[in-house]
Amino acid sequence: MRSFSYSRPTTFDEACRNAEHTRFLAGGTNLIDLMKSDVERPTHVIDIGSLPMRDIADRPDGGLRLGALVTNADTAAHPLVIDRYPLLASAILAGASPQIRNMATNGGNLNQRTRCHYFYDPAMACNKRSPDTGCAARGGRNRIMAVLGTSDACIATFPSDMCIALAALNATVNLHGPDGGRTVGVRDYHRLPGDMPWRDNILQPGEIVTSIDLPPAPFGPHHTYLKIRDRLSFAFAIVSVAVGLHMEDGRIACGSIALGGVGTKPWCVPEAEALLDGRPPSHSLFRDVAERLLHGAVADRDNAAKIRLAPRVIERALWQAAAGTPQSQTDKTIR
Amino acid sequence: MTRESVAVPCRLQINGQDYSADLPPSVTLLDLLRERLDLTGTKKGCDHGQCGACTVLVDGKRVKSCLILAVSIPDSVVTTIEGIAQDGRLHPMQQAFIDADAFQCGYCTPGQIMSAIALLEEGHIHSRAEIREFMSGNLCRCGAYNGIINAIEQVVSRQHRNQAGEAA
Repeated sequence: MRSFSYSRPTTFDEACRNAEHTRFLAGGTNLIDLMKSDVERPTHVIDIGSLPMRDIADRPDGGLRLGALVTNADTAAHPLVIDRYPLLASAILAGASPQIRNMATNGGNLNQRTRCHYFYDPAMACNKRSPDTGCAARGGRNRIMAVLGTSDACIATFPSDMCIALAALNATVNLHGPDGGRTVGVRDYHRLPGDMPWRDNILQPGEIVTSIDLPPAPFGPHHTYLKIRDRLSFAFAIVSVAVGLHMEDGRIACGSIALGGVGTKPWCVPEAEALLDGRPPSHSLFRDVAERLLHGAVADRDNAAKIRLAPRVIERALWQAAAGTPQSQTDKTIR
Repeated sequence: MTRESVAVPCRLQINGQDYSADLPPSVTLLDLLRERLDLTGTKKGCDHGQCGACTVLVDGKRVKSCLILAVSIPDSVVTTIEGIAQDGRLHPMQQAFIDADAFQCGYCTPGQIMSAIALLEEGHIHSRAEIREFMSGNLCRCGAYNGIINAIEQVVSRQHRNQAGEAA
């Protein structure tokens, strides 16, 4: 690791100064790893661990506010999360390992970088790591890369499990920066790579995530997080699906779906979700929804299997949610 | 912007002893333990948070010490494999690893044992499948996984027997 200077401010104003070559440190599970790999090379690290963002609290609207510094493990184990947002707890437990979840924070999960092999290897061309150097993933060994939201400049997959559930839950993200605070929908937080893949999200320099707000979720038991991966544990998604369905008298009043493992950001298609409105569950309906979600998918050399696999995972997840039998993250049998 | 990397105060309690020094901020908790304190029981495997050989407890929670800057956990309580035996007697999890033949080369073992101790505290011990899932952050190249799960189950069942004994 290259040397750097370090500070641990105790106020937001002190922390949120716009400074070049600076990185914010929270749980460190991604940043320190990237610094060891020489992908991130900050000259100054601002440790935000002393900022007051460690609470999970009720919201007046019946929702929940998750502090940015609450660990993934504490979030998944929190009684209010288990009771009201089991979809979120399930997605968190589908990701990483117990040790990583004990360190990694909710804010950090939003800001984690891709696990694209070419991004991680400074010897390779990568527009996300080094602007305008090219993309070695295109035409490379790319079976893990994205098929939705890609551009000529970048096909890197967004890796989070937690954020896929947050997208399905229509969470909002609260930010604080040099110019004060603002709030952004989680579905608008991450950027498509376009011709600027080095910008993963809409954060401005000096801006940090302070908390995540979950609106009330009317799904009851009708949710699931179904993740398909190369190993049953401690592996990133090849395809994952977060679903919440609001069921009324055997019909789907409305539904919410987000895809992981296939997109350059958490993948949501409101037109696909709208197809569910007022309809009873059926094979043809779920096939139509899956087809609409995958609309525009483009494969590169090795990842066409994702385009064939994803609709089946989406349909299975929709049936799990409709039946009120969410996927267990311990017993890995898919029913 | 260029700034000199200046040493930063680091205060910890490690295996019951107070530790305090000024450290370069780039020193990980793992490197502090191994290179400066001769606590070499904690192992460096991948050094990227994947293998679990560096697992220690910080404030009772299992973490990967290779991905933690030592200066970033002020006043924390750190427990390593050297800190779990009491009065010259092995920790029950250490003894169970021996009894169950739960290792071969032994390199991953300190991390496995620290992880298993935390696993029991967390309570993720309701089934063999749950134990396996919640030990997924510790890799064993020798493939001693069945012995490792057997060792953990031994400790769990001994605890249950002891609790049943106390209740009776």
